[in-house]
Amino acid sequence: MIAITLLILPFIGALLTVLLSDSFAKKMALTSTLITFIFTMKIYFDFTGGNVDGLVYDAQWLQEPNLSFVLKIDGLSMLMLILTNLLSMVIVLSGAGATQKNTKALYGLILLMQAAMNGNFMAFEGFTFYVFWELTLIPIYFIALLWGTDYTRKITFKFFLYTLVGSFFMMISFIILYLVAGSLRLENLYGLSLTGIAQSLIILGFFLAFAIKIPLVPLHTWQAETYTAAPTQGTMLLSAIMLKMGLYGFMRWLLPVLPFAVAQVTPIIMVLGIVGVVYGAVIAVQQNNLKRLFAFSSLSHVGLITAGIFSLKLIGLTGATVQMFAHAVNVAGLFFAAEIIRRRTGTLDLNALGGIRSVAPWFSTYFFILVIASFGLPSTNAFVGEFMLIFAIWQYNAFLAIIAGLTIIFAAVYLLRMYQRAMLGNTNTVTAKFTDLTLSEHLTFLPLVVLVFAMGLYPKPIIHLVEPIVNQIIHLAAI
Amino acid sequence: MASQSIFLTVVGLPLLGFLFNGLLGKKIPKTLLGAIATAAVAIPFFLILGTFVHLLKGGAPMEVTLYNWFTVGNFSVDLGFYIDQLSVLMVMLVTGIGSLIHLYSIGYMQEDEHYSTYFSYLNLFVFFMLVLVMADSYLGMYIGWEGVALTSYFLVGFWFKNNDFSDAGKKAFIMNRVGDLGFLIGMFFIFYYTGSLQFTEVNKALSLGAMVPALTTVASLFLFLGATSKSAQIPLFTWLPDAMAGPTPVSALIHAATMVTAGIYMVFRSNLLFSLSPDTLQIIAIVGTATALYAAIVGTAQNDIKKVLAYSTVSQLGLMFLALGVGAYITAFFHVLTHAFFKALLFLGSGSVIHAMGGEQDMRKMGGLKKYMPLTYVTFLIGSLAISGIPPFAGFFSKDEILAMAFQQNKILWALGLGASILTAFYMFRIIFLTFSGDFKGSEEQKSHLHESPASMTIPLVVLAVLSTIGGLLGLPHIFHATHFLNEFLAPVVKQGGETQEHLNANTELILMAIATVGGLLSILAAYLIYIKNSKVPPVTDTAYQGIAKLANRKFYIDEIYDTLIVRPVQWTSDLLFKAVDNVIVDGVVQLVGRLSLILGDILRSLQTGYTAFYIFAMVMSICFILGYYLIGIR
Repeated sequence: MIAITLLILPFIGALLTVLLSDSFAKKMALTSTLITFIFTMKIYFDFTGGNVDGLVYDAQWLQEPNLSFVLKIDGLSMLMLILTNLLSMVIVLSGAGATQKNTKALYGLILLMQAAMNGNFMAFEGFTFYVFWELTLIPIYFIALLWGTDYTRKITFKFFLYTLVGSFFMMISFIILYLVAGSLRLENLYGLSLTGIAQSLIILGFFLAFAIKIPLVPLHTWQAETYTAAPTQGTMLLSAIMLKMGLYGFMRWLLPVLPFAVAQVTPIIMVLGIVGVVYGAVIAVQQNNLKRLFAFSSLSHVGLITAGIFSLKLIGLTGATVQMFAHAVNVAGLFFAAEIIRRRTGTLDLNALGGIRSVAPWFSTYFFILVIASFGLPSTNAFVGEFMLIFAIWQYNAFLAIIAGLTIIFAAVYLLRMYQRAMLGNTNTVTAKFTDLTLSEHLTFLPLVVLVFAMGLYPKPIIHLVEPIVNQIIHLAAI
Repeated sequence: MASQSIFLTVVGLPLLGFLFNGLLGKKIPKTLLGAIATAAVAIPFFLILGTFVHLLKGGAPMEVTLYNWFTVGNFSVDLGFYIDQLSVLMVMLVTGIGSLIHLYSIGYMQEDEHYSTYFSYLNLFVFFMLVLVMADSYLGMYIGWEGVALTSYFLVGFWFKNNDFSDAGKKAFIMNRVGDLGFLIGMFFIFYYTGSLQFTEVNKALSLGAMVPALTTVASLFLFLGATSKSAQIPLFTWLPDAMAGPTPVSALIHAATMVTAGIYMVFRSNLLFSLSPDTLQIIAIVGTATALYAAIVGTAQNDIKKVLAYSTVSQLGLMFLALGVGAYITAFFHVLTHAFFKALLFLGSGSVIHAMGGEQDMRKMGGLKKYMPLTYVTFLIGSLAISGIPPFAGFFSKDEILAMAFQQNKILWALGLGASILTAFYMFRIIFLTFSGDFKGSEEQKSHLHESPASMTIPLVVLAVLSTIGGLLGLPHIFHATHFLNEFLAPVVKQGGETQEHLNANTELILMAIATVGGLLSILAAYLIYIKNSKVPPVTDTAYQGIAKLANRKFYIDEIYDTLIVRPVQWTSDLLFKAVDNVIVDGVVQLVGRLSLILGDILRSLQTGYTAFYIFAMVMSICFILGYYLIGIR
């Protein structure tokens, strides 16, 4: 029952938020995410203490077709749950200082999203996974549509349709799997002997769904627009948590189930990932809209994670999990920094900004810590992940590693350019009255900034958590 | 105290200083703050002396493991300290020169609005520099390696309201990151073949033949790429002259005495690996010599006093790499030490001049300063004599040793190195004559403000001048039948081959010394004839330069070449990728696929209502239905 609590808690939170008045909505949502987070951490400590009772929830869903509802928490799920519930809390808190219309609906949707993502990361059965996968799309669609900037309608629709297409192909893959295996329980899918052709067909569907969600070049054109147009809390949900569903999907559903097909497509995906690293980074160099710049930066970073996953090396997959967490922390922080700038100046355009460092020292400091974390300065969180990922790619192919390694140069180029233009120089009419952080903004940044260094200096808890699972995945993925 | 707590205190104090000054600095008096920051660097200097004595008495290097940073499968790296003869000298250098420069900064930065931030950054720099030299593994060193680049970025762009200064800081950081990628890839090779990144383990594996020669060459070349960026060698040197945008004490500490020598430290630290790859050493010697000569030529045609000193630093670092390239690791390090003394002195002296001139750095507007600031003049003169290799000052000994070592290996490298060394004397005395001799050429207002600097600034000058005078005692040549302290002390650090044991015969060495000294003196004479006798002042506008002088004045257009070949193409590619490829091609295909499906959709329209909202509604409903079905089905 413990596993299912992580669905129920946010769901109840969502209900209460919607039922109470607008003025209570933020407090209610914050309380709910706080409780869920504390509960998640309790599970984590039980888990590391060896107490795994109740971490599986298994019920028959339908007899014919034979579908079950299976939730399970293992090390990898645990990590993703901590990520989801920590970041959900931060995301809710990040809205404390904003004036938002129809507050209770917004926060209700955020909490529903949290529940659905928790479900996604705990699903150990194909149909369960699929249902939660789709469920996450609905709240984020409405969040982007109703609380985004003026021109979101078309953009959001494109995003929605795009991801729906991916899901559709994934559904077909699950149907094929079901027809072969007679069940979609993960343990039945692992070690299933599928023919080469079946594997190729199935991998295509999974790959499309995951690659669109992450997104990987060239399936990314919904991303920058959606990230830019969506309200920042939506962008944070998308970039910090939701895209990890795709990366997690690779590790949980693709590699171990389809080893033969994986061996076939690995070279392509490695190259695709690394092309994405450079492509996103190069585009970010000339962007002037803060959120779009971070979107392309994110595109670059997730390309590297994907390449690390497909290296099929222990250090690559471990690095991927570390980097998923680090990326979540850093990208959430960067988008929040963009949001603070937008709140105070009404713009995200680098050409209009400048000089904020002179007037807002605290904000400048937090922002800069997130910048150095994002370009992977050693002793910050992203360094550990990036080091492992590039090393894994190097073991796969030294030349590819040098290309992938360009990220450490380009990330410094675009992030320092961004910081210089937004924060340094002289203040102007737009930024002269920029006020420093409020208490709630401090509190939003604080956990992120602490995690930047904590994970950077002591990443072992994460590695311990995922290592057995990563070993299992590699074992299954090896032909 | 146990060595672990000593080492932790040594690195910990500057870090605490950073946090304290950064968080509370605005609330305490400036002088107190400066004193705290200085103490945070000076105390570690005295703390490490015990370790120095221990090693001096022949004690073993000390290794302290703090904790395991991360372990994945067979990859494991611990963070810890490794203090041997080399690192102890580096720690003393960093904290010793560092505390002098902190002291100097108290006066120099007195009027600055971001005084506390300045000191917190300076402390943070010392922290990272100590991590760099005290770490026991490549990865630990890399933390310091990138950390010093970060603090250099802070301090170069310290006056962040000036966009050009911020650009300079950014350029320095990015160019260093190019080298960092080399360092990173080099580490991959080292770990993959030796199974460790801890120095002692790596050396053990290397001496057992863990890497074949071709591999050592590749690995060491990647590491060397890292060294070229940090130590401003061709091709990654153009950031250093720009880095002069920072406050002058910063230039003295970071961009002359300590950070830029990290590349030399790293090669010395990895000397077994480099000695196993003669091809790499050959390349290092050539790169070093070329850099030394190039920068010396450029240095003769610069008019900004700090730019001359910057190119001089690049040139001297080139000579150090020449020494490394001929396998004379200790000689290179000898020059690191003496150079730290006199170049810090020269930068601080120029800072004293700039301070007196109200921020002016153009030597064409100076002149005759010796009567206004005699102490600055005398100490600057000592520094200039030292760097010019005039006996008996410190630079004479270390530079002579480099040239003698080069001579044994390759006469061409020796000749070119000698050329760079002779040019050094010329551009240094060009500074002396333009700045301190002749008539004052600045404005009347500047003239009325000319003054000698306060004691907090002149004390460091005097200390450094003394060190620049006697620094040669660290390595007296064998022809004097004296002990070469550094050769003996550092011998255990050089793992194999390395230092050539046979010496040149005494006559040859004396002749080489004579050539270098006479060359230097003639060069000073030439500067005298041009700038004093003919009282020639360089062209007032840079456009007036012609021919070779123009080429040298414009630094052979290297910045422009990099801009054209790298920076702008990247920007164009970025625009092209975004505006054409991403928005038109990639998204175009997506839109096309979308349209085609809509056409298909039209055909099927009769079956459907065509409203998105309805689809979503239907989807939500069906999911709710399934969930509901399940909930009812709970047993």
